[in-house]
Amino acid sequence: MSTTAVPEVAVTTVDEGFWTRARKTGAVLLALGLLATGLFGALATGEQARFTLSETEGGAALEINGTVGAILFGIIAAAAGAALLAGLPKRWFTLVLGVGLVAFVLSFLCWQVSAAPEGRNFMPLVNIVRGTFILALPLIFGSLAGVLCERSGVVNVAIEGQLLMGAFSGALFGSITGSVWVGLVAAAIGGAFISLLLAVFAIRYLVDQVVMGIVLNLLAVGVTGFLYERLMQTDAQKYNSAPRFSNWEIPLLKDIPLIGPALFRGNIFLYLGLLLVLVIHIALFRTRWGLRTRSVGEHPTAADTLGVKVLRLRYRNVLMAGLVAGVGGASYTLALYSFTKNMIGGKGFIALAALIFGRWSPTGALLAALFFGFADQLATYLGAIGSSIPSQFLAMLPYLATILAVAGLVGRVRAPAADGKPYIKG
Amino acid sequence: MSKPNPVSGSPDKEPATEAQEARSEARATPSAPAADTERAVPATATKQPAAEGPRPTLGRLFLDNLWAANTVTVTVLAVLLAMLVGAVLIIVSDPEVLATYSYITARPADALNASWTVVSEAYANLFKGAIFDPDAVGFTAAMGPISETLTYTAPLVFTGLAVALAFRGGLFNIGAQGQATIGVILSAVAGFALPLPPGVHLLVALIAGALGGALWGFVPGILKARTGAHEVINTIMLNYVAVYFLSWIIIQAGVQNPNRSDAISKPVDSSAQLPRLLGDNLRVHAGILVAVLATWFIAWLLNRSTLGFELRAVGENPDAARTAGISVTKTYVLVMVISGLLAGLGGSNMVLGSTANALTPLVIAQIGFDGILVALLGRVKPWGVLLAALLFGALQAGGNRMQSYSGISLELVTVLQALIVIFIAAPALVKAIFQLRAARAARLQTSLAKGW
Repeated sequence: MSTTAVPEVAVTTVDEGFWTRARKTGAVLLALGLLATGLFGALATGEQARFTLSETEGGAALEINGTVGAILFGIIAAAAGAALLAGLPKRWFTLVLGVGLVAFVLSFLCWQVSAAPEGRNFMPLVNIVRGTFILALPLIFGSLAGVLCERSGVVNVAIEGQLLMGAFSGALFGSITGSVWVGLVAAAIGGAFISLLLAVFAIRYLVDQVVMGIVLNLLAVGVTGFLYERLMQTDAQKYNSAPRFSNWEIPLLKDIPLIGPALFRGNIFLYLGLLLVLVIHIALFRTRWGLRTRSVGEHPTAADTLGVKVLRLRYRNVLMAGLVAGVGGASYTLALYSFTKNMIGGKGFIALAALIFGRWSPTGALLAALFFGFADQLATYLGAIGSSIPSQFLAMLPYLATILAVAGLVGRVRAPAADGKPYIKG
Repeated sequence: MSKPNPVSGSPDKEPATEAQEARSEARATPSAPAADTERAVPATATKQPAAEGPRPTLGRLFLDNLWAANTVTVTVLAVLLAMLVGAVLIIVSDPEVLATYSYITARPADALNASWTVVSEAYANLFKGAIFDPDAVGFTAAMGPISETLTYTAPLVFTGLAVALAFRGGLFNIGAQGQATIGVILSAVAGFALPLPPGVHLLVALIAGALGGALWGFVPGILKARTGAHEVINTIMLNYVAVYFLSWIIIQAGVQNPNRSDAISKPVDSSAQLPRLLGDNLRVHAGILVAVLATWFIAWLLNRSTLGFELRAVGENPDAARTAGISVTKTYVLVMVISGLLAGLGGSNMVLGSTANALTPLVIAQIGFDGILVALLGRVKPWGVLLAALLFGALQAGGNRMQSYSGISLELVTVLQALIVIFIAAPALVKAIFQLRAARAARLQTSLAKGW
């Protein structure tokens, strides 16, 4: 991020004097905590706020009086903010910030759940956790595709197009052959096709990578929309009735309370997504390939001097990104829905946001994707309990959070140094 | 075209490697349906190589220039290539035509005839819907296609200018979509909520839209200037914030149409609507005039004003501009504000013109994203943007007819537009496919890349 910053003003964001970034963050958190204590506490009712550990109202539950909970968690958030403001050692920063934010969310939930109408004033945590993961899945695949591309220095704005093409070819070939596995492979190849175009034009023809990404998104929308209307709409039975992966229950793990039913009774994509995060994380930071990828993304000239084939590595990584995103697209059409026009609907851009929010690391991207998934799930839940908060504003949350992150208000994010710069061997 | 001091023969020598690639790529492209795409190309794009100059040397020079990689040639060839790919898509998505290919070795004529019929009919309808229908009788019918084309062109000029202006200032404004969204909201609200006399009302509604867009452009501008936050990321995010804001405000009391249960706002008063130019039966409205005016103004601003000079200086090299005493931060903010203002006006066009007269979730369609394509196709020059918007407007208008007469999905137009811009963005590719000479004068910019 800082590479294109205007130096004359970028200096002002360097931590200086009393108002370090930690202190500023602390002040914001303190204000949020006080707001939660006062406002949420006042608006919450004396009803019990029930957080059930199941999918329904019944079963074991965590209960707290609404007003008490809202005020209590608000105070915790405010305390965390005050601690940061007082100048806590740096190593505590992330932990305290996390505690503060979680407390703020809990305070908010105590208000919302206790204020919900009778019979709906409970929150089924299993549903929430499962929904969070399901909604986060395309984001996880998409942001991993972003990590693979951008760590090697190719900006990937085409995630949306890769997901869409994956979803489409998964549905099309899955339907024609009647096999989920063929569909899965076809989806990966579909995503890789968009990647191939991105790679060729960005690496071979030196087209601006952001421009190319935007145009490829439109191309994917156009091509899939066109073929959808021509083929799938005219003969849905033949072209748009892909078989679906069934849920796989993992023995033993599925019986863990809360996490078991939410996570270990999912479909292949859930396991694949989490596995990929782990694999890419290890590969990126522990293997030779990872070291080379990162060096190509940071300083291609130096990498080239040491004998790394910069362009070949970039081609390979961009194609791999396409495969990953293509599978992410299939997590829609081979598990949940049949294909519809433009069905990704901006998820690719949230994945891009998750990538940036997660600071270009696989685990960071996972956490960001889960956060965005949670915001999405929360919007659905609040809609269902008839909350007074408009769901549209909750839906804005991921985007606003990303703007704050990029502007350096929550923490510095920095892209790989050579991200987006074509490499010309000289 | 003709230049003094002619260098006869090939002006520039190609490196050997590039010529080699050119051959291999030329072989890879199928050339069968090239003839039928030729027919449907808009009339503005036709240039006959057979044109004879008064003297052989001049004619030769003309031919040399024609087959060089200059802006016009590359654009025409890019359109041709895109239509070629479009033709392939039409063929492979038509099961009946595809069936004839199963016995192509036995009776190749069947496959070729069927392909020719379906493709030529589609593109003929594209032409008839965009420019002129020879069968049309009467003024309204004859002017219909042009009227439709201009109606679709007007908003694209504004968003195209918005993106192009930001490009010249070194910023990539992907947020034209969001800025147009905020513009359309404010324009519509001013259009139905304020009781004002005609004329004044229209002006106020337009200004409201422009201000809304300017505000939405100001945010990424100030963030870029103050914190260095990349405008690409912020404008993408603000696009979605704007979309959700639109979907929220439509259903608020006082905005939503009280007679409707779905998400649609009250209609804009007739006093705030842009007047129609050719009678009530034709949709073309004064928005296109405002668009031409805006193009002229932006051309003046860029090339003749102090601000334009500073803007271009910052775009070319911010460090040098700062050394020369230009405030880079101020310029960034101003560029984004003016850019947003233009995009906001584009949004106004969507609700004050004849396209719609009330807010719906999809009221501005894709004009912001199309604006990016228009700006690139117009080589980020104001008058180029106007021409590019005209081409895109024509494709849109023709696409409607193609959909209703030939049953070819309107999405094909999106494909064509994206492909045209892909080929434009990589002139080296077009050059290689057609083995064009390197142009002497025209410098084709391939890369604007600056990274995040």
